[in-house]
Amino acid sequence: MPWKAISPIKVYGLLPKTNCKECGVENCMAFAVGLVNMETRLEKCPPLLEEKYRKNYLELKKMLSPPVKEVEFGNSSRKITLGGEFVMYRHELTYVNPTKIALDVDDEMGEAELMKRIKFVEGLSYNYIGAELKLDALAIRSVSNDPLKFKKAVKFVADNTDLPLILCSLNPRVLEAGLSTLEGNRPLLYAATKENWKGMAELSSTYKCPLAVFSPNDLGGLMSLTKTLLDYGVSDLVLDPGTFAGEGLSSTSNAVTMIRWKACNDGDKLSGFPLIGTPITAWLRAGGNGQSKAWYEAITAAMLIDKYADMLIMHSLEGWTLLPNIILRFNIYTDPRKPVSVKPGLRVIGNPGETSPVMLTSNFALTYYLVSGDIEAGKVDCYLLVADSDGISLESAVAGRKLTAKSVAEALKESGVEGMVKHRTLVIPGKAARLSGEIEDATGWKVMVGPMDSSEIPKFIQERWKSKI
Amino acid sequence: MTNDKGDPVKKLGDSLMKKLLEYGEIELEDVTIDVEELEIGILPTLRRVLPKVKPTELAKVEFTPPKMEFVGKVIEVKLGAVAGDSGTRDRSHVIGGETVPAFYTFKDPMPHPPVMAMDVFDMKISLPRAVKSHFKDVMEDPPEWAKRCVEKYGAEMINLHLISTDPSIKNTSPQDAAKLVEEVLQAAKVPLCVGGSGDPVKDVEVFEKVAEAGEGERLLINSVNLDMDLERATKPIKEHGHVAIAFTQMDLGKARELNRRLYYYLPKDQIIMDTNCAGIGYGLEYGFTIAERARLAALMGDQELQHPIVSGASNAWAAREAWLEMDPSWGPRELRGPLWETMTALSMLLAGADYLMMLHPTSMSATKEIVGYLLGSGTGKKIPDWTSAKLGG
Repeated sequence: MPWKAISPIKVYGLLPKTNCKECGVENCMAFAVGLVNMETRLEKCPPLLEEKYRKNYLELKKMLSPPVKEVEFGNSSRKITLGGEFVMYRHELTYVNPTKIALDVDDEMGEAELMKRIKFVEGLSYNYIGAELKLDALAIRSVSNDPLKFKKAVKFVADNTDLPLILCSLNPRVLEAGLSTLEGNRPLLYAATKENWKGMAELSSTYKCPLAVFSPNDLGGLMSLTKTLLDYGVSDLVLDPGTFAGEGLSSTSNAVTMIRWKACNDGDKLSGFPLIGTPITAWLRAGGNGQSKAWYEAITAAMLIDKYADMLIMHSLEGWTLLPNIILRFNIYTDPRKPVSVKPGLRVIGNPGETSPVMLTSNFALTYYLVSGDIEAGKVDCYLLVADSDGISLESAVAGRKLTAKSVAEALKESGVEGMVKHRTLVIPGKAARLSGEIEDATGWKVMVGPMDSSEIPKFIQERWKSKI
Repeated sequence: MTNDKGDPVKKLGDSLMKKLLEYGEIELEDVTIDVEELEIGILPTLRRVLPKVKPTELAKVEFTPPKMEFVGKVIEVKLGAVAGDSGTRDRSHVIGGETVPAFYTFKDPMPHPPVMAMDVFDMKISLPRAVKSHFKDVMEDPPEWAKRCVEKYGAEMINLHLISTDPSIKNTSPQDAAKLVEEVLQAAKVPLCVGGSGDPVKDVEVFEKVAEAGEGERLLINSVNLDMDLERATKPIKEHGHVAIAFTQMDLGKARELNRRLYYYLPKDQIIMDTNCAGIGYGLEYGFTIAERARLAALMGDQELQHPIVSGASNAWAAREAWLEMDPSWGPRELRGPLWETMTALSMLLAGADYLMMLHPTSMSATKEIVGYLLGSGTGKKIPDWTSAKLGG
């Protein structure tokens, strides 16, 4: 594929070579490797930022700059970075800045409704293998098309949250009213169109805010606007080729694919900007109830997370539509260089003693993270035996004979856990229940079949283990 | 000319610029500059002083679709055989044939839409409640279960999973398993995919009887893998004209190796591959990328990967968030689960899947609908101004 890695030697040549470790790694060579792998940033090297290295810094900056421009918005306490992507397909390197998700409020909403939605966006949080998954921003729409009403709504929102904001109206006068009440805030402006671009360009220049460019189903129009705005001096742009949530979805899919391809693989400057998708348009579908609109919105969001969107604007406050999307986003933006499996062997969790449980799991990375995460969250002191299941999930490993009584017996023996506990009871996953007899025969240990899902381990141990030992 | 700070011409240029900034204009007298070309670096400060000509008209830029060249093509594989061909099915499906990544319809149309198949098990098993509610009364009657999937929910194929043949479950004999296959073929007239229990030894024995029973029906056999005696496993597939799923786990090297070994025994158009699918929140990042890589490699000419891809989207239910009763803020699992499976299916389709195994009727019909949109004309209607629209919800 067109992505070509930069040689760390080339990068190293331009670094100060002080080996000062201020960047947090051992030496400049390691820092260079981190830079080409996009794991660190030039700005983490203080000597490089000194005046005498300015030329090197600029050269490195150019060398390492992503084909999709990074665009920032937000305020002093919370900033959002969009884009900054290097590759079309995640396996070519990794994706860098996860898709940001904003929910909307509008200027016809009463204060109670606004507060409810602000609190919802701020409060939504899900702990997934140790990461806090959250929403990122608020989009304020002007339904009234009345500058005063919009200004009031923007002020109310800004007074009540430090979430980064997107101001949405196709009327520059309305947007300006909103902007005038924001101090120390740099919202994303949505959006310049063929009709209003001059006014929007002026606003974007005056207030130094990034600007979205909206040209649904017209890529020539999108590129024309982009070129014109760049000529105007507006360079922080975010592209919206139009989101069709249903009929026309192929237009959206084709547009984002072509734009991202041209940016990453053809070096096309006009395509080299973050993409914004608006699954919120699902709410404009004719017919169907709220539930079905929320459903279409969720699916459209999923497609856009899979396919390159850097920012999404959504409407639904439903946990069942947002949860799969924030986890999907986490999955897609996980560094694909992360191995599928973890090292087999014994893990000590908490402070286990000689009567603490010994539990079995597989070495598929996700199984391991989920199980160990649940055990840690439940504050269960135990030994966790990670058996070699060839890096595949427990259920498949049991069915496909990758995890057998024999391999469990070997792992148990090698672990040395026999010398650490005085009992001889192994808790196996519920999904390996059918191996329990065989494991007892092969190990001489008693087997206790644990729950089907690891989230129930803490409760299981509390109820069953204490009474047993 | 260099950018060296000591360069006298550059120094001159800099000082001229500084003067220019100070006085607005300067006049040079009796100056001869004897160089071939003169570059005067404009200082950043100056750039701001010079008035920028702002455009007054919209520029005209044509958008040209990117030039992308793919040299490979995915092999076309036929599933199921109708009466008059060699079987008794009411339809057959062809999958594969792609020359571009999935849904790149701006370049090439997709030759065949992906096939949506529903899972049926040969014994009552524990299923998520949202799924069970649709099949509760037929879970001990696989032929009826299959019939419901087709007649009520519109499944295009059935995936019959013979899990009871597992020696550590019920150890159902290959003969009995084959008998059930015949019954399901009678009850549901769509093409059939038959899967074993995952036991690499027993599965081969089961497939021998199943292949014989399904003679002429061009069954899809799920699956052959590197732990099997491949010569023995493929023999009945070839002899009775079926199609094999080549299954490997998240490893392209192994996927190639398996296909390479299968080529000794089977024609290429009797092989499709399963690179292993995992649901959102439970390994999608691996399953998605391995499928995407396999497909891109195929299109870029890797002949050992030019097979249609099958994805078990029903694996979505392995993620606890798909089925668990959670805090009410995460909504009812009756909605969360089907959406989970739909989004997993959609992701796998975007990565390149040609055949989806699915569990929940709503997930299947919703996925079918999305495929329709993704294969549609590509001209969306006008989008109303959503920024000012009054929205419900």
